[in-house]
Amino acid sequence: MAFFDIKGLVTPFTALTQLGKAPHTVTFPYHKKETAERYRGLHYNNLEECIGCGNCSTICMNEAIDMIHVDGVEGGKGDSGLRPRVDNGRCCWCALCVEVCPTGSLNLTKEYIYVTPDADAFLWTPGVSNPEGKEIISFNSSVETSLGMYNRIPMPELEGKERIKSFAEVMLYYSEKEAREEATRCISCGLCTEVCPAHMHIPEYINAIAKGDDNEAIKIIYDNNPLGELCGKVCTRRCEDVCAMQVRGDAVAIRWLKEYAVGRAETADIIKEIVNPEIKEPNGFKVGIVGAGPSGLTAGYYLALKGFDVTIYEANKYAGGMTMYGIPKYRLPMESLDKQIDYMKSIGVKIEFNTKVGKDITFDKIYNSHDAVFVGVGFQVPYKMGIKGEEAVGAFPAVNMLFDVNNGKTPDIGNKVVVIGGGNVAIDGARVSRRLGAEVTIMYRRRVVDMPADWEEIEGAEHEGVEIMPQTIPVEIITDENNKVKAIKYLKAEMVADDKGGRPRPVPIEGSETIMEVSSVIGAIGQEADYAFFTEEALKEIEINRGRMVVDENMMTGMKGVFAGGDAVNRTADAISAIADGYKACKAIEKMLIK
Amino acid sequence: MREKATTLYLGPQHPGITGNMMIKLKVEGDTVVKAETHVGYLHRGFEKLMERRNWLQSFTIVCRICVPEPDPNELNYSRAVEEIEGRAVPERAEWIRTMMMELSRLASYLLWFGGQNGSSGLYTMPQWSVGDRDYILDLFEELTGGRVYHMYIWPGGVRRDLPDGFADKVLQTMDYLEKRLKKYDDLMFANTIFQKRAQGIGWIDPKKAVEWGVVGPPLRAAGIKSDVRIDDPYLIYDKLDFEVPTQTGSDVWSRALIRRFEFEQSISMVRQCIEKMPKGEVYNKIPNPMKWTIPAGDAYVKAESARGEFGYYVVSDGSDKPRRVHVKGPAYVHGVTLLERILVGANIADVSFIMNSLGTCPPEIER
Repeated sequence: MAFFDIKGLVTPFTALTQLGKAPHTVTFPYHKKETAERYRGLHYNNLEECIGCGNCSTICMNEAIDMIHVDGVEGGKGDSGLRPRVDNGRCCWCALCVEVCPTGSLNLTKEYIYVTPDADAFLWTPGVSNPEGKEIISFNSSVETSLGMYNRIPMPELEGKERIKSFAEVMLYYSEKEAREEATRCISCGLCTEVCPAHMHIPEYINAIAKGDDNEAIKIIYDNNPLGELCGKVCTRRCEDVCAMQVRGDAVAIRWLKEYAVGRAETADIIKEIVNPEIKEPNGFKVGIVGAGPSGLTAGYYLALKGFDVTIYEANKYAGGMTMYGIPKYRLPMESLDKQIDYMKSIGVKIEFNTKVGKDITFDKIYNSHDAVFVGVGFQVPYKMGIKGEEAVGAFPAVNMLFDVNNGKTPDIGNKVVVIGGGNVAIDGARVSRRLGAEVTIMYRRRVVDMPADWEEIEGAEHEGVEIMPQTIPVEIITDENNKVKAIKYLKAEMVADDKGGRPRPVPIEGSETIMEVSSVIGAIGQEADYAFFTEEALKEIEINRGRMVVDENMMTGMKGVFAGGDAVNRTADAISAIADGYKACKAIEKMLIK
Repeated sequence: MREKATTLYLGPQHPGITGNMMIKLKVEGDTVVKAETHVGYLHRGFEKLMERRNWLQSFTIVCRICVPEPDPNELNYSRAVEEIEGRAVPERAEWIRTMMMELSRLASYLLWFGGQNGSSGLYTMPQWSVGDRDYILDLFEELTGGRVYHMYIWPGGVRRDLPDGFADKVLQTMDYLEKRLKKYDDLMFANTIFQKRAQGIGWIDPKKAVEWGVVGPPLRAAGIKSDVRIDDPYLIYDKLDFEVPTQTGSDVWSRALIRRFEFEQSISMVRQCIEKMPKGEVYNKIPNPMKWTIPAGDAYVKAESARGEFGYYVVSDGSDKPRRVHVKGPAYVHGVTLLERILVGANIADVSFIMNSLGTCPPEIER
């Protein structure tokens, strides 16, 4: 190459040909660059869809997001009432917050210019600061792209045909691998803790399970629920209704995970070894408890740990109350209850079985010989259906039948049973009747979706061949000459919208009267409490409203030193509320007597 | 007569320096007699930051280790995590990743065209090439949502599939760049002034190159055919048809030519990716990131970045956070040990010129 390469000196000047061409530059602010469909610009949060779970705040690696109260957002069940606030001075627009948002409310927009002289204004609340952002959402997440694990690990269970052959447990429960995987789905938002009547430490024990530390999970569970296994099997699990994952997918199987953890402790001794509770020195105070149901047992357990001398008076042969006598064994086996109660006994809870208060011992005697009394008698007396023929042979309440079956008896129900009602007791009655060999039909006044029973229970009943007849109102039980049930007369109903805005009412259709031949009619339309054991003096002080005892915020009735809890107090009427009552009463009794 | 030695501080704020670092030069007249690299001006401690962030959060950090070319970081991090965990990656994702890597190489070379000529005074070139680079950034924006930091390649695959019509846009951009390369030839490579400036400058002894740890274009410019894409194929490079160009001059000119030829190869590879890419999933979903743990173990992975072999050593102790992420990029060798050697004897005006030819990236030295 010559030193003066003429071509090489001239060619670069061809660049001059570019001079006449229009520039490619976007001339801001006259023109603004259109951003791409997926552009990761400033945040927008749909305030209605957001549940304030805080997952965005947790994942943010710049700690740019915090959760704050926003005017106009109240919160409530399944909504913390908090909304994310983004520090735009820290955000790096990685959009991980969008990827982990379980509801899909948080998005990034096409907007990328944000100029303000106010340094504090860099903290802004998506959706509040930019309501117009909804129109320019760009980077978003769908169920497919989101990092949320929306699908529940299926619970293995017995086949419907197998189930009705015996009272063996229907649920086969998670294996270790399944439980770990299911536990991994939890995002630890804590919305569940808020609605759990007992405020159990749900994210914490699920986290322990996910990490593989089952003992830690058991310890956490026993911190405020001594009947973890019972709840693990039969809890009404309101926690799952508010789970952040259920907004776009399946709720985390909180109940089954609890069952998995506590199920690892196979005997009362192992529970004691793992939980290893601190039992305080006796403090000299005596507490009497009426009824060994979930509320009484819980109060007894925590009081005993605190050094109280606790005696539970139970009318029946076994402890557990309605969970023992009202819940069929295929849901809650005897051994499971025994184990939990043995553990309670081992830490010092005394239970006087076959001691019915009001008959074997008076309420006064208990009241006078203890420093405090807790009443957890539950709802045991079934309501009457109020139709003709209810007193016939072969017509009986479901709770009585469940009591008999759980006591080892086999009631004669014949081969064609009708169960009346739509709650869990009705479903239990129906599924037990299937196991006794009968064909079963459930009659319910409203639609299937209106049934108060757990959807899993309804599904379980259907799998076992129970027929559900919704919008059906029984009017008469027809008997034969021996006053034995022969048939049932019923009307079909149509749903009519309620003028006052309430739920639709079933109204009988005229002329729809039908007769079905049956061998038994089982009523399951609710129960009430029996307060006959209270003395007249006590009843003067204890206020009873609509069948339930009225208590103050400390679970104390109008009678000083008498606390109450469980179904006979709260309207939710489930085991976990009873457990919460027992726990609360324990705190109150301790406060009253010691502090 | 020997000139009196003076000390010259080049950087950390200097237009000729690629990023924030400083070269302390001892000069006699116009000749460098000693060069000392000083770094530490933008230390952000990425490796340490990752030890306090979970496996997914860390993925958003790694791209910042090299601004002009963040994608090899994302790829290496993801591949290392996948290797320790044993997570499979869908085939389509591998193709998309390869396309990303080559697009990123093109973008990086375009920026380098600008830097190399900016440091010699040919200012038209940076304006062209940085402008043309924006067309690739447009592609990145459309595919990933971000122009510079893509945060797109993550453990398990890539974040999103190609949007509709994306493939056509890529092919159009490739056609455009191919056309533009001819203009670059006219302006830069056929330019006598550039040739005279670049030839014989910044010579690296080919016999010492491997020993010194030189990698990438500078090594290939020294006549050594070394490229991770053929030596140790990853992604789907073994299914692509491409050549690895070499030169023998081992100077700034040879290194420029290497990049010039590789530019063509990359355009071809991007086209092949678009043509051959199979359909299917692009992401093998990880579990809930807040509870995602990686079994104890370690992995070393490497990729060929625009600046050479780029390695990641990742260690997991079985927890939800990396125990250690060690980044082994080319810039430490090129920007510190090699630069200090080959600057000796150069003119002051050539210091930036030589530095640019090595593709030094200070943030990567101080990761």
